Amino acid sequence: MVILLFRLEKEGVIVYRIVKKEILAPTIIKYVIEAPYVAQKRKAGNFVIIRVDEMGERIPLTLVDSNLKDGTVTLIVQAIGKTTKTLALKNSGDYIADLVGPLGNPTPIETGKTIACIGGGVGTAELFPITKALKEAGNTIYTIVGARSKELVILEKEMEQVSDKFYITTDDGSYKRKGFVTDQLKELLDANLGINMVYAIGPLPMMKAVSNLTKPYKVRTVVSLNAVMVDGTGMCGGCRVSVNGKMKFACVDGPEFDGHEVDFDEMLLRNRSYVDKEKISLDRFNENPHVCKREGMA
Amino acid sequence: MKTNVNKLKPSERMKIPRQVSIEQSPDERKHNFNEVSFGVDEERALIEAARCLECQNPVCQDGCPVSIDIRSFIQMIYLKDYIGAVNKIRESNYLPAICGRVCPQEEQCEKVCTLGKKHDPVAIGKLERFVADYEFKHNLFTPPVIKDNRPEKIAVVGSGPAGLTCAAELAKLGYKVTVFEALHAVGGVLRYGIPEFRLPRNILDLEIERIKALGVKVETNFLVGRTATIDEFLKEWDFDAIFLGTGAGTPQFMEIPGESLNGVYSANEFLTRVNLMKAYKFPEYDTPVKIGKSVAVIGGGNTAMDAVRTSKRLGAEHAYLIYRRSRTEMPARLEEVHHAEEEGIEFMMLTNPTRILGDQNGYVNAIECQKMVLGEPDESGRRKPIPSNEPKFIIEVQNVIEAVGQSPNPIIQSTTPGLKTGRKGVVVTNDVQHTSRAGIFAGGDLSRGGATVILAMRDGKIAAKEIHQYLQQKNNK
Repeated sequence: MVILLFRLEKEGVIVYRIVKKEILAPTIIKYVIEAPYVAQKRKAGNFVIIRVDEMGERIPLTLVDSNLKDGTVTLIVQAIGKTTKTLALKNSGDYIADLVGPLGNPTPIETGKTIACIGGGVGTAELFPITKALKEAGNTIYTIVGARSKELVILEKEMEQVSDKFYITTDDGSYKRKGFVTDQLKELLDANLGINMVYAIGPLPMMKAVSNLTKPYKVRTVVSLNAVMVDGTGMCGGCRVSVNGKMKFACVDGPEFDGHEVDFDEMLLRNRSYVDKEKISLDRFNENPHVCKREGMA
Repeated sequence: MKTNVNKLKPSERMKIPRQVSIEQSPDERKHNFNEVSFGVDEERALIEAARCLECQNPVCQDGCPVSIDIRSFIQMIYLKDYIGAVNKIRESNYLPAICGRVCPQEEQCEKVCTLGKKHDPVAIGKLERFVADYEFKHNLFTPPVIKDNRPEKIAVVGSGPAGLTCAAELAKLGYKVTVFEALHAVGGVLRYGIPEFRLPRNILDLEIERIKALGVKVETNFLVGRTATIDEFLKEWDFDAIFLGTGAGTPQFMEIPGESLNGVYSANEFLTRVNLMKAYKFPEYDTPVKIGKSVAVIGGGNTAMDAVRTSKRLGAEHAYLIYRRSRTEMPARLEEVHHAEEEGIEFMMLTNPTRILGDQNGYVNAIECQKMVLGEPDESGRRKPIPSNEPKFIIEVQNVIEAVGQSPNPIIQSTTPGLKTGRKGVVVTNDVQHTSRAGIFAGGDLSRGGATVILAMRDGKIAAKEIHQYLQQKNNK
């Protein structure tokens, strides 16, 4: 079996080597990482939990792609917090401490539909494998990619390739249409193109806005929730979200949910739970960005 | 060994008082995560060993879920053969340093101790810990000689007490064993659940190293059911048998209003952040935990006790333990309740939370409770709490930590066709740990729904014996 080639005899432990690092946009970085078991099982919609180093936290990241032959997975990360900025210091050939997956339920790939796929910011990376799978299943795809400005638009070519119609919006108008993804989506919905499903992945306010927009049109809208997680396997309950008034765990019940049933306001508050602590971490990092050799390992 | 080694007459032995552990003072320890108890020293251990009556019918062994030959190991301590004693324990229990610390001895061996009928029972747990620590301190461990080398491969899923015990027993029989763990560190509940002040991590690491020294391989970051399924293990990975010991990892919530507020934790999340991720060392370690001035922990078990004592150590001025029944019904280990009281934990018995209240930013600021009274016994045999007539009342807290039970993680059950499950999703086994599928065995909290470390170990041990028999029968066909 292919995977056996990658197994290290020593301790039988897999190491997670970064084989490729590519800067896609300012702060947005693509990593290709050796993780043969995960590569073999990855499906669109799955995510992994990674830990950059021994003193690091566990964070969820969507699996963008995988390569069976090389036994690698692709992650696209925006370096905004302490953990993602620490990861950004790593280069091709370096290792990360841990990577587990594939986690979460894969996207159910439907057929015969006309689907609007909407990506906001780095959420476009998470949307890409789903759009690709939906396109390969024969659906008609209208894609809208939104970003704050031109330089933050990612995967333009890749997304266009898997779309029947492709639109870009930028908040500042520096590229293509000026405005939000919802402006473009409203136009498409009003044009009666037969759109009967919407996928929206991006920042919470964007997913909320898309869900609010589609509700009166009665178009089923799926969102992918990036909640605060520790283990990512259903053990901590930190990622609980209210869906149709019921408590769900984003890690094992999701990450995809019906956008019309998600309590976005509650989730916005929950995701801000640790803002003060995150700032402490980030300030410490900015004072001394080379924290790879941290002392006091217990 | 039936001859007595102790020169004292039974009446003389009975006059010796039970020895107590040396402990950190409550005022000191409630500010740190160092181990509460230092155990007994050699002098005290020798005095304690002399108390054993060396009964012809050692009922203590029957009281032990893994049937340790307690009388023999205590006799060895009396003769100062500490290494002989720890190896005697290891014949039945491969985690002596852990069991000496976390077993509820008062419910098991010490409960049935003959001396305990009229006097205090022999402090068996403290003696177990003493010999394990002695061996560690003096670096005198020698791995057992494994006589056989068997070709069969066995997958042990989950690295908690059930899995580790099963792996050790199978490795001793000469099998090739691989333990799969979903988290990045080995130990299961011993790692993420039990705090360092009860089980120091160097002790846990050591016991795990000793199991690895038997030739057991460990794969972390491997979520069985997702990374590979049980059927793939059997068909593609060439495993000949599988033991499932994935515990009861899914936290339950009370399902009262306000549980989505920031500052509400499941005990699992709270303890995982602190124990596994070392949030008590934030920001040196990256994972945060947020504990305010006042914390309410809900529940009456060991997990609740661990959570409330951890809150105190993280700086809570008021750490309340809120339990809907009375002290008598609390399932927590006696020693933990006692330690918690010493540390200033505020017990609120016969109290049931009805609602969690929060501020406009979504953070907890109070909990509303109802006083309860005890009614008739329920199906658990304990008197059922029912709401009293007293008006509800409010306590100001910044955190609510719920330790109200866990159920098994459903990932393996839902990805393994034909695996029979029961109430709360537990994997159904017969009394010797066989599941509904041939070659697949299960034990610990996964099949019990929520029990103790030692019962999980008992299951792991029985399963190892059964796996051995299963594989031998398969070979004879």
